[in-house]
Formats: sequence, structure tokens, C-alpha cells
Amino acid sequence: MIKFENVSKIYPMGCAALENINIHIKSKEFLTIAGPSGAGKSTLLKLLIREQLPSQGRILWHNKDIVDIKNSELVKLRRKMGTVFQDIKLLSNKTAYENVAFAMEVGGRSNIEIMEDVPRILKLVGLAERADHFPAQLSGGEKQRVAIGRALAHRPELLIADEPTGNLDSINAWEIVRLLVKINELGTTVILASHDREIVNTLERRVITIEKGKIIRDDEKGRYIL
Amino acid sequence: MLTAISRIIKAGWINFWRNKWLSMAAMCVMCLTIFVITSLILVSVLTNSLVKTLRDKIDVSVYFATDAPEEEVLNTRTALMELGDVVKSVEYVSRKEALDKFEEKHKENQALMQSLQELEDNPLGASLNIKAQMASEYEGIVNFLAKPQYQKIINKINYRENQAVIVKVSSITDAIQRSGFLISLVLAIMAILVAFNTIRITMYSAREEINVMKLVGASKWFIRGPFLVEGAFYGIIAAVVTLIVFYPILWYLSPKITSYLPGTDLFYFYQANILGIFLLQAAIGTSLGVTSSLVAIRRYLKEQ
Repeated sequence: MIKFENVSKIYPMGCAALENINIHIKSKEFLTIAGPSGAGKSTLLKLLIREQLPSQGRILWHNKDIVDIKNSELVKLRRKMGTVFQDIKLLSNKTAYENVAFAMEVGGRSNIEIMEDVPRILKLVGLAERADHFPAQLSGGEKQRVAIGRALAHRPELLIADEPTGNLDSINAWEIVRLLVKINELGTTVILASHDREIVNTLERRVITIEKGKIIRDDEKGRYIL
Repeated sequence: MLTAISRIIKAGWINFWRNKWLSMAAMCVMCLTIFVITSLILVSVLTNSLVKTLRDKIDVSVYFATDAPEEEVLNTRTALMELGDVVKSVEYVSRKEALDKFEEKHKENQALMQSLQELEDNPLGASLNIKAQMASEYEGIVNFLAKPQYQKIINKINYRENQAVIVKVSSITDAIQRSGFLISLVLAIMAILVAFNTIRITMYSAREEINVMKLVGASKWFIRGPFLVEGAFYGIIAAVVTLIVFYPILWYLSPKITSYLPGTDLFYFYQANILGIFLLQAAIGTSLGVTSSLVAIRRYLKEQ
């Protein structure tokens, strides 16, 4: 489904964030990208959603290089991926319901579909009662769950979660991780970036460990080992 | 398509409503802008009527010899009327009328009345009061009357005596109109720039939101649309508010202005043209709101 071929990202001033990355991600896989802060995990995910462009190499999405995608098609690509950001990025003047609905409106879904799906999604992420609350009225864990709900709204093939547990206490963090596993079991490919050793080790799924912009391990049922 | 448009309008309204305070600030500035522009229009109505009154006060009188046949005087009048656009009106005062006017004016003056009665004939000649469209055209009219066939029946033209006044009034009215236009232009530009910048600042807070919308996969028009709708709301509401605010102000001021400048009734003018004024205000408001939003958003949309 996704292939990284010899991908490098060099920021201005010659700072190399990623060097020579080769990854092959299969459909319906649950992949964890582990590594300390600053290892290049976020950069890797930003390249995948084309928030940034690689300095070298190709990134293939269903055998099509996303670097070559035109701006007009970029919108369509992003609707096939759901992204949960480290800093959450909810729309602050929209309620939980509207944040999820927005992602569906953007995809041109009908009003009836939206009215049926949004409550279902909010129920899945456990926020059915908080639908009319604004982000400022929600706790960190709840906000993150709204963000996951939004990422799921347009039924993406791939869910990308960049440190979704970064700002949460361990109980909330676990709930989020369990939610991601559930989503994966329902048939969505999940890529999770995390520096949390405990979470990575307990998941017992494929783990790619990155350090200083290079892949140092890639194990099925892996652990976070440095 | 229709769903998309209704969603955009709804989102615009929600943005507007949830950012009440920010919207209010932008709208106040917009109100001021529309207020200034409307005032400028009303002031220009006033100066035009002032200029008109001043111009109406200028005329040139041609006095004919007492023995000039009435027929020839009337011919002269016809010839002047045929000059076309230059001449606005020519009023004929017959010898009889001139005498009546004179008597009316000096009836208190016994000595004058007595000496008048001692005269056998009416000592006054007929005259024509000429008004030109433009003050600068009197010179031409006077030159037209310098032809020999008119000269022999004309006693006197009071243009030379009035020339200095005519030239002065003419230059004053020109100056009023020209400087009025310039001042209006400068004030209007200032007001527009202030409104434009206020809306840009309002939109600045949306910068992060726009980035998020892009990452969620929203198309450019889906992001841009609600902001344009929001800008249009600012404009329309500001226009309505200004329209209402002007009503009591003019109701109060208009009689005072009329007492200085008879023949101008701003309140009446406002009521008579209220639809046109509203449409103009709404057009200014919406175009200002929409363009400012468009320009403000463009920068954030461009960022990858």
C-alpha cells in the first residue's frame, strides 16, 4: 500500500531529519514508529501526508508517487488518509460534532450521511454526550478522541497518529491506544508514532525504530529497544 | 453544488456569530467607513445646491434705449435664446414693468416721485436679464451683443460693472466643487483602508484554522467561502445600521441647514432616495468586506 524508497529529508542549514528511509507498509497493518523525540518520526509522517516534500527519494501510495501529485489531487489524497496530530489541531470555533462533520462536508458527503455517521463516530470514540462541547470545554484526552473521530470521519484507508498520547496521562493514553487498535481491527491501516516505551512494548505489533533520522530496527511483534 | 453553497453560507454565519466581539469590532469600523462615505455624498448634495444658488444670483442686464422698438428688443431676446445651451434664461422687462418696479421701489422718496410725475414720458428703457449656464459664458454673450444691429438699440450692459464679481463667484464655485471632490476622495480612501486592515486583522486569527482545514482535505473554495460570506455579513449589517443611524441625525440637522441654505432639504432628499442610498451603502460594505477577506485569506491559503 505504501512504500518509502530511499527517502531523505534535509532541512535548510544542512540538518538531515531523515536519511535513506526504506519502508513497505501493507494494507490493514498496525505499524508503530518508535524513537526518541527529534528522531524524525513526525517528519516521516509529514512527508506521507505531503505537508512537506522529501529532498530525495520516492513515496508511493498504491504505486503512485505522491511527490508528483498536483495540488488539486492532493485534496483527494488527504481525504483517503485520516491524521491525528501531536498538537490535536481541532477547529476551535466548532463543536465536537461540527469538527467531525466538517471532515465529511469537505469530502462532499450528503447531509443525511453526516447526520447518521457523526453520532456513530462520536459513540465509537466515546464522546456521544460531549457532541455539543467546544474544544476549549473538553479535556486533553477528549480532544484527542475528537481528533481521532475527525480522522475517521471520511472512512480513510489509512489512519496516521502522531504522538496522540504525548500530552495525556497514562489512563487516557491507554484508552487512545485501545481505540486505535479497535479501529485497526475494523479494517483500517494504522501508523502510530510514539516515544512511549511502555505503549510500544505492550502493543506487540510491527515496530520500526528510528534514531537520528535512520531506521535502526524493523521487527514484527517488535519492542522498543535502543 | 447547492449543498456546498448552503454549507459555506452556514459556516460563514456560524463564524460570524461565534466571533461576536471580533465581528462587532470589524462591523463598527465598517459602519464608520460607510457613514463617512454617505456623509460625503450628502455634503456634495449640499455644495451642489450652494453652488447652484450662487450661480443663480449672477446675471447680466441689458438696458435698451427708450426709443428702441419693442419688436426689436423681443427679436434680440429670441436671438439670445437661439444661442443654445449657453443661455439658461432671458427675462424680458418691458418699459412699463420697469417703471412699475421703479415706482414700487422708491415710493417713499417724495422728491423722486414728483420729478417722475413731471416728466411726460416714461424715462426708463426695456431690459433683458440674461442668465448663462456657466459663469464663464457671460463674456461670450456680451460679445454677441456687440454686433452693430444690437449696439444701436442698446443703451448699456451692466456686465463691465459686474465682471469682477462674476469672475470671483465663478472661481469660488469651481474651487468648492473641485476641493470638495478631492477631500471626499482622500477621506473615502482613508476610511476604506482602515476597514480593510481591521478585517485583515480579524482574519489573522483564522490562520491556524485554515491550515487545519487544508490538512483535513478541504478544497480552497470550501475554506475561502465562509470567510467571504463573513465579510459580506459585515458589510450588509453595517449598511443597515448606518442607514438607521442617519435617519434621526438628518431629521434633527436638516431644518437647521435649510435655514442657512434655503431650498435644500437633506431629510427629504434622504427619504426620497433611501433605496438608492441603501443599495449604494450595501454595495460599498459587501465589496469592501469580501475583497478584504479575499486578500487576507489568500496569503494563508498559499502557505503549503
